[in-house]
Amino acid sequence: MPATRFPARAGGTAERMADFMAHLRANGLPVGPPETEIALKAFTSIRAWDTTEARLALKAICAGDADRFARFDDLFDAFWLNGGRERQGFATREECRTKHRVPTFGPGVDRTARSGERGALDQPDGGDDSGGAEQSGEGRLVASRLRNIEKVDLRELMMPEDLKRAERVAERFGKTIRDRRSRRRKAARRGAQLDLRRIARTSVSAGGEPIRLLKRRRPDRPVHLVALLDVSGSMTVYARVFLAFLKGLMSADQRTDAYLFHTRLVPISDALRDNDSLRAVNRLSLLADGFGGGTRIGANLTQFNAQYAAQRVNGRSVVVILSDGYDSDPPGVIAAALQRLKKRGCRIVWLNPLKGWKDYEPVAAGMAAALPHIDLFAPANTLEDLAALEPQLQRL
Amino acid sequence: MTWTDLKSDLAATGYVASDDLAMALHLSLELGRPLLLEGAAGVGKTQVAKTLAELKDTRLIRLQCYEGLDAAAAIYEWNYQRQLLSIRAAANEDASSEEIEERIFSDKFLLRRPLLEAIQQETAPVLLIDEIDRADEEFEAYLLEVLSDFQISIPELRTIEATTRPHVVLTANGARDLSDALRRRCIYSFVDYPDRTAELAILNKRNPGIEARLAGQIVGFVQALRKEDLEKKPGVAETLDWAAALSGLGINDLAEDPVALQASLVCLLKTQADRAAIPAEVAQRLAGKAA
Repeated sequence: MPATRFPARAGGTAERMADFMAHLRANGLPVGPPETEIALKAFTSIRAWDTTEARLALKAICAGDADRFARFDDLFDAFWLNGGRERQGFATREECRTKHRVPTFGPGVDRTARSGERGALDQPDGGDDSGGAEQSGEGRLVASRLRNIEKVDLRELMMPEDLKRAERVAERFGKTIRDRRSRRRKAARRGAQLDLRRIARTSVSAGGEPIRLLKRRRPDRPVHLVALLDVSGSMTVYARVFLAFLKGLMSADQRTDAYLFHTRLVPISDALRDNDSLRAVNRLSLLADGFGGGTRIGANLTQFNAQYAAQRVNGRSVVVILSDGYDSDPPGVIAAALQRLKKRGCRIVWLNPLKGWKDYEPVAAGMAAALPHIDLFAPANTLEDLAALEPQLQRL
Repeated sequence: MTWTDLKSDLAATGYVASDDLAMALHLSLELGRPLLLEGAAGVGKTQVAKTLAELKDTRLIRLQCYEGLDAAAAIYEWNYQRQLLSIRAAANEDASSEEIEERIFSDKFLLRRPLLEAIQQETAPVLLIDEIDRADEEFEAYLLEVLSDFQISIPELRTIEATTRPHVVLTANGARDLSDALRRRCIYSFVDYPDRTAELAILNKRNPGIEARLAGQIVGFVQALRKEDLEKKPGVAETLDWAAALSGLGINDLAEDPVALQASLVCLLKTQADRAAIPAEVAQRLAGKAA
């Protein structure tokens, strides 16, 4: 068995242990002085000279979740049994992953990006993280991995685990938008307030003694989400992530409705609701015939109004439109359709992946026409953008 | 006591623990820290606490978490009806209002819920907080406070200090991400499905009468079944159930009666989709491999 090599400067077990914790920290495990202290204490109750025992003990102390638990053995080996190498395993794996993520530029969006860069105007459009794509980080610290993924433009997110992350962001998004409490109070089994009226009534039979305490609470009035996803040619690069996003919205609340549109409008709620993801994909690809073609936002919204809105959209709905606003219909059609949709009392959120680009102006005629009818117009080209929407959604 | 002793003690009590788990449990006992166990349903997380209670010959106090679990259900509650009756009874005695108040907010009127009960025992009990990920985040934060100080303050009464520190075991199966603060307070172990040898040992321990060849087949079959694409993989409890069912049916060899085998799979496959995913041919193939 390879012996642990103590560097000459090491003062003793405590210092080595602190070094080990620093090593874990550098590899993304949230450990610190408290863990060092427990680890040292733990070593008094095991035979610390036995590698297996030390490994098991440190694992129990430092690994906080299943993922770290699985990774711990490598980290342990790298530090105690390495012979001088540092940061192998995890760090290199991370590098490989970044290399895979070569941006795949699509024709439509590409032009916009380049023109923005070439124009060299440094007036960012809106938020501080607008030029998300420019900073797509290769040389970042390993520990800040999550952040890194969030900053990358959505078009680069094509790895399965990234899609999963998109789904998770969507789930949170869905929950924020959905969780609403009513202002009224209703009788309930558990609740913060006493329902004095009912208590008085039931106490009559007990001779006026309020024996049973009845409660009231504010009932949930969930918001109903309707998502419309543009999958026309200019949006294809985002389509997969947005589909994952829709799937996430779906799993946050099964009542969510989802539609795709290109030149036609296709309801996809049933397909996305399928538990079997493989079957869901098959059903989707049957439905999505026409994927990546032209766009007719105005006509599709009009059709949505005529066909689905009456049943699906009411005052408690939030309609989320994911589109870049490039439309082949005259802009008046979009405006009219949105105005009509608005009359149903719903809120309209337009998430535009282009808005995150530097110097974006809603110059597309359709987008400009739509703006007056939209409650929230937000960028959607990084996951961080989507996550940052939460407070704004709460205000809606 | 070393961790190997603990492991063999657990085995003697009927729980076959992995090295990871035995060490985590040992450290949690030695350092007086809560033990957080994660893993799929049916791998024996709850059983750890039960076995520990048996081993230590002490009480097991269990708090089953669910959505909407609040302090009243987990810590303490005043017995409101009894207080009311007491006030009514005192009305004739002409006692001062302070006296009445003193009386109705005394230990006698306190309904102890698991957390309060656990810190007031004579001998340290095992406190099992089951499926903590199902409880709300607010409850988790409250639990953190209780687990770090082991004291509960009741505004009307006093702050109750722990007479003994319970051995705390928390279980979770990933319904929601737990906070890092909670994870850092705990000794952690991930409990996986047992491997072949371990599962065989469990089966022999729990079902001593079983024939060696059949036991091998059963474990082989279940291990193979877990590799299939199922919605809900069979846990250890299901294996034990199935073994009992097979011996009840008088089956000595899995390959011998395909119809009975298929019928007995109800013990392992618990959803309609899973039943459909393992038709008779697949079951036969798995049984053939296991033999």
